[in-house]
Amino acid sequence: MPQNSKKLNMVQAINLALKEEMQRDSSVVILGEDVGRYGGVFRITEGLLELFGEERVIDTPLAESVIVGAAIGMAAYGLKPVAEIQFMGFIYPAIDQIFSHASRIRNRTRGRFTCPMVVRTPYGAGIKAPDLHSESTEALFCHMPGVKVVVPSSPYNAKGLLISSIRDPDPVIFLESTRLYRLIKEDVPEGEYTVPLGRARIVQEGKDVTVIAWGSMLHRVLQAVEEFNAEVIDLMTLNPLDEETIFKSVKKTGRVVIVHEAPKTCGFGAELSATIAEDAMLYLKAPIIRVTGYDVVMPLPKLEDYYIPTVERIKKGIEEVMRY
Amino acid sequence: MPERIIESFNIKRLDILDDNGNADESLTPSLSDSEIKRIYELLTLSRTFDHHALSLQREGRMGTYASILGQEASQIGSAFAIKKSDWIFPSFREMGVYITMGYPVHMLFQYWSGDERGMKCPDDLNIFPLAVPVGTQVPHAVGAAMAAKYKKDKVAVVCYFGDGGTSKGDFHEGFNMAGVFKLPVVFICQNNQWAISVPREKQTASKTLAQKAFAYGFEGIQVDGNDVLAVYKATKEALDKARNGGGPTFIECFTYRMGDHTTADDASRYRSKEEVEAWKAKDPILRLKLFMERNGLWTEQYQKEVEEKSRDMIDEAVKKEEAIERPHPEDMFAYTYESLTQRQIREMRDF
Repeated sequence: MPQNSKKLNMVQAINLALKEEMQRDSSVVILGEDVGRYGGVFRITEGLLELFGEERVIDTPLAESVIVGAAIGMAAYGLKPVAEIQFMGFIYPAIDQIFSHASRIRNRTRGRFTCPMVVRTPYGAGIKAPDLHSESTEALFCHMPGVKVVVPSSPYNAKGLLISSIRDPDPVIFLESTRLYRLIKEDVPEGEYTVPLGRARIVQEGKDVTVIAWGSMLHRVLQAVEEFNAEVIDLMTLNPLDEETIFKSVKKTGRVVIVHEAPKTCGFGAELSATIAEDAMLYLKAPIIRVTGYDVVMPLPKLEDYYIPTVERIKKGIEEVMRY
Repeated sequence: MPERIIESFNIKRLDILDDNGNADESLTPSLSDSEIKRIYELLTLSRTFDHHALSLQREGRMGTYASILGQEASQIGSAFAIKKSDWIFPSFREMGVYITMGYPVHMLFQYWSGDERGMKCPDDLNIFPLAVPVGTQVPHAVGAAMAAKYKKDKVAVVCYFGDGGTSKGDFHEGFNMAGVFKLPVVFICQNNQWAISVPREKQTASKTLAQKAFAYGFEGIQVDGNDVLAVYKATKEALDKARNGGGPTFIECFTYRMGDHTTADDASRYRSKEEVEAWKAKDPILRLKLFMERNGLWTEQYQKEVEEKSRDMIDEAVKKEEAIERPHPEDMFAYTYESLTQRQIREMRDF
């Protein structure tokens, strides 16, 4: 099918994915704070209220638990809700609903009721935002079987992954990097295409070292690897993890650097390191290095640039594994 | 500018049957003789179920169980008004609701015996699995009601919880949303006076629980939860209102938990024998029996038949449940996601 492409940023790509899925399937509805009349605080849902009406683009009261809890009831009833939590730092009141119910409904009813819903939320630092507007606690959601965790790193993938997430039969936490929202533009086709969940992508091939990242960190990684013969993996889906792509690359390069914005302790990098150590240890030439945020409370804007892994820190991490 | 009253409220309380089974005829709902007998049979069946469940637990044949003793009228009275096409979001103490809706009884034993397959609701019913975290089912009911309204389905949604549940944030968030969107949902609180060891007056300083609805912009009513006719009438009216676009209703069934919180509890540690004794006189089944006797619907012979039939049904269900084979360990993997993950497939090799 011939498709027109346009240069879009991530905000526009996500908006397009929502619009097209809502046009295709009347069971797709959006709910959240300020998603309707205002078009969302990041303008992700702009124009959708006018197109689809207030029964499908629902401005809810300011209450995260019922936004997600109601989405669970809607999903069980047969709709495909896309709930927006305004910032990842505000998702904690809804964690009870995600952990205690969304993740478990299929299992607890042996498939009679399911929860095909998406919870979209902006995450990460770097936009000089107030307290609790810069969190990246993706690892929490990876520790909850029954939930999938998806993190796009570019407009093209954001659209394709969101379409897959909306069509997925299980609950998906969809994390959108606030710093990437308007940072890059790329060709995004109009019309239907999907990027499958559970599959990582090789962004660039290389021989000496595998650098694994996702979402916000990918672009700094690409800058950092310029002087190296590095293979870069964008995980895109954290859970379920595409172990195959990782193992294949590790077996080739023998060196691994994992980069994420979240604090080191119990970050998703810990799971990746352990997975690689368990199944590909004998292929490693060097210790696995994690370049991550620090084990501190996410700082306010004056210190956030010291917190987020920089191109320099990533380079240092790569240099360290290259010494072996 | 003077101070003035800009809003005030009244809370209705509905009683139809008194403790001796005398009915207020002006309020009695229109139920045929056979419907009244059916309600009596469901009350008896539910109590028999409860009794057997407690015995099975004591014998080590079943796990921890939350008794419904004393709350049968609140459960059967409300569920008798619900249609099969309606959606129900229960807490964990609504076995009488499941039984009234026609949920296979052996599956209830199966669930409480620790087999998740017991909560696989049959296709002709829409009963969500019982919710253990208190009050967290309220938002689900609200979401289902939003979906029903969007799809223009003529169904109502019913959500059950207890007095303890009214203290939870999800109660507030859910009620608030139901009011804002005028959703087709009926909230039923079985106020059984105790949340494990915490008495009703320590749960909230409100005089009634029903009045909480007022703050969310819809009607709340208190009914005698041991009066099956009153509970039925209030629920029927609320469901009709919901189906006809009239929005949500909150029904507080004022009842009493005659048993322990669960089989893992000992209520004698925190409440007096006298209090329990006083509620015995208000027994919901006895009250309907007296009413039926007065109206020529009850005889010793009928009682014997009802009890025998209930016992046989429950015995049969227990037998059926105990013959079910233990699930295969693969069963715990199979429903995490629609498809197994790469890692799960490897983990399953342990079995």
